[in-house]
Amino acid sequence: MKRFIAFVKKEVFHITRDFRTMLILFGMPVAQILLFGFAITNEIRDANIAILDHSKDHISEKLTNKLLSSGYFKLDSYLKSAEDIEAEFKKGKIKLVIVYGKQFGENLNRFRSSELQIIADATDPNTANTLINYTQSIVRDFVASLNPGPPAGIVIIPEVRFRYNQNLKGVFLFVPGLITIILMLVTAMMTSISLTREKELGTMEVLLASPMKPIQIIIAKVIPYIFLAFFISMIVLLLGYFVFGVPIKGSLLLLLFELLLFVLTTLSLGILISTIAKTQLVALMISVMGLLLPTIILSGFIFPIENMPRILQWISNIIPAKWFIIIVKNIMLKGSGLDMVWKETLIILGFAMFFILMSLKKFNIRIG
Amino acid sequence: MNSEAVISSENLTKKFGSFTAVDHITFEVKKGEIFGFLGANGAGKTTAMKMFCGLLRPTSGKGFVAGLDIYKESEKIKKRIGYMSQRFSLYEDLTVNENIQFYAGIYGLDRKTIRQKQQELSDKLQLREYQNKLISSLPLGWKQKLAFSVAIVHEPDIVFLDEPTGGVDPVTRRQFWDLIYEASDAGVTVFVTTHYMDEAEYCDRISMMVDGRIEAIGSTDHLKAKYKVNSMNDVFLILARNVEI
Repeated sequence: MKRFIAFVKKEVFHITRDFRTMLILFGMPVAQILLFGFAITNEIRDANIAILDHSKDHISEKLTNKLLSSGYFKLDSYLKSAEDIEAEFKKGKIKLVIVYGKQFGENLNRFRSSELQIIADATDPNTANTLINYTQSIVRDFVASLNPGPPAGIVIIPEVRFRYNQNLKGVFLFVPGLITIILMLVTAMMTSISLTREKELGTMEVLLASPMKPIQIIIAKVIPYIFLAFFISMIVLLLGYFVFGVPIKGSLLLLLFELLLFVLTTLSLGILISTIAKTQLVALMISVMGLLLPTIILSGFIFPIENMPRILQWISNIIPAKWFIIIVKNIMLKGSGLDMVWKETLIILGFAMFFILMSLKKFNIRIG
Repeated sequence: MNSEAVISSENLTKKFGSFTAVDHITFEVKKGEIFGFLGANGAGKTTAMKMFCGLLRPTSGKGFVAGLDIYKESEKIKKRIGYMSQRFSLYEDLTVNENIQFYAGIYGLDRKTIRQKQQELSDKLQLREYQNKLISSLPLGWKQKLAFSVAIVHEPDIVFLDEPTGGVDPVTRRQFWDLIYEASDAGVTVFVTTHYMDEAEYCDRISMMVDGRIEAIGSTDHLKAKYKVNSMNDVFLILARNVEI
């Protein structure tokens, strides 16, 4: 035990002595949460639009006013003909063009139907989608206001409510995602680098020639990182709670337990990487390209898994982070207990066992 | 000198795939001896040494360190040996005292002994003002001397040194050897690999390794007489390069 403490102490020195490591460890999570919370948002305000109004009657004007007063859109210009649309889009200032058909109001009165075209700049598909949705819901509202009194025939009026995140705040999703990414960075990347550093420096041989057993060396090396991972997760949770109001509705204890489970998985991934990589640089590359990037892309952190091609959806199942994000989201936002997330928990437990066994096996082979 | 063998091997062999790095070596090192393990780069010196230190598992043959079987008792062996690798093994981002504390710590020395050792070493190596300085601020020669002192901080029976003097000037090398003598006088058996032939003269006995085999073994005087040459360099050339002198 005394040996063990001496080892952990040395490891703590390594981490705290290096200014750059400290900056990455503590600066990055804070910067990221603030960035994701404040700067990156799915909401769009004041998008520039152009309007091509072929009828210019009072109904089309009324709709235009309603659109512009919504706060989502800002009028850039009125277009004169359909040829202008292409030119305007190419200037790059506008995101959306609304085209009213001829006799817009008259047709509405006479045939109870009229034509409206919405053209969006889909070079950024997410923005285009969002803007189209905004427009459609405003138009629906407008149509409803034109039909006062009890509607004829059978009508279903859906009443939509967003639960667990009423205001659709992006940061609610980013906090669980960020914790996941940061845990991977701290545990998998940092441990793989610190283990390869011992290899590169030749100190690993000296350690292995000492009475410390390989398993003791590994555990002593990863313990500081486990604490670090917990500590940084706490910072992110607190920032999320106090700055952005991201709640932790479920049990904090359960959350910490799941955190530990996930950290065990990523730590063993880090050890695994260190058995493959010969230098710190290679370890870094493998961690980023082989671990971090697929996690960011396929875990559902940024891109919804439901929208992915079938084959990527399958692949996403072997990304431990996907399951962890589901767990964290459920616990934090819905207040789920273990009875709701036991399936995902079991999956992570499976990953943890598998990678721990594999990394220990690989580590021992390398020594033999 | 006690004639008890503390390191011995019999047909010890290590193969990596079809490549034989160490080829049936048989030799003995006696207690308190400074034993030089000489050979060109890639001759198999380091591989042989790693088998004795429990870092590599032999393919075949027998080996004993401090009377313990290198196959079955490597954990016990590790408690009784010190090891210094080619790339001297101190942590640059730790201070002198912290390095001593760490290595003494993983060998299970208690706090009082560790503090005593820290004073002893810094006095001996004249590092008093540097006790709390980072290793990275020390000159290479000092680092190597300290690395050696740290390798024997737990007072092992045997110390294995893998090319300990690579890249330092002759004066520092001489000082380094003074430390080795001192350890040897204190009863530590020293097993040292090197490819500097002049260092062979410092050893009580040497073995010359060529392509994984031990081609010659004995004291330097004995070897020079046997091959009728004046320096170990010539002995090496005759054995390793098949040069006629």
